[in-house]
Amino acid sequence: MSNAVIRIKFFASLREHVGQGEAETSDTDAKTVIEAWNKVTNNMAMPENTLMAVNMDYVEANHPIKAGDEVAFFPPVTGG
Amino acid sequence: MLIEIKDAPFEPYQRLLEYQAEAGFSGKYGATAVFVGSMREFNQGDDVSVMTLEHYPGMTEKYLQKISEEAADKWDILDSLIIHRVGEMLPNDPIVLVAVWSAHRAEAFDASRYLMEELKSRAPFWKKESLKDDVRWVEKNT
Repeated sequence: MSNAVIRIKFFASLREHVGQGEAETSDTDAKTVIEAWNKVTNNMAMPENTLMAVNMDYVEANHPIKAGDEVAFFPPVTGG
Repeated sequence: MLIEIKDAPFEPYQRLLEYQAEAGFSGKYGATAVFVGSMREFNQGDDVSVMTLEHYPGMTEKYLQKISEEAADKWDILDSLIIHRVGEMLPNDPIVLVAVWSAHRAEAFDASRYLMEELKSRAPFWKKESLKDDVRWVEKNT
């Protein structure tokens, strides 16, 4: 069912590190941000300083997620 | 209050004058603080020929809007403008323009500094540099 989907995005050096830009998991397989990471990366070690967002707001790794959420992982930002 | 992401080169000073001419604060401002960040041809001791800026469409705009609203809450300013490049750029190309208008200088100086510092630490942009024989991600902002 499409409403059970959680969309995952990776950016910049982290996208290259994990070898994928986008992935999906489900609300039965992942209840928190870190569980989503473990699921879609096959338990890769998360690099230190990885930043996380749910629905485009910064969160911590133990933040709960639900169906329809967009979860993003990326390295420290370097704009400006 | 305006934020813009540009995927092609822009001329910050021209854009500043256009925005100011159309803004609703004519006659009310006594101070304009302007910051322009540009691409260097060197970084960490290496020559850099091309830089590519990636962003997170949606979240980047959200955070630029958020920090603009924070600055307007913290200081008595009339307006602010943030323009940021993405995509491929060359040395001397403008990367970012931040401008703040206020009645007196202190608020414009302080709010523009705040916008730049918050942009650099919170807005999701990432720089990748092309060197002579290598390509590397910039790991952290200085």
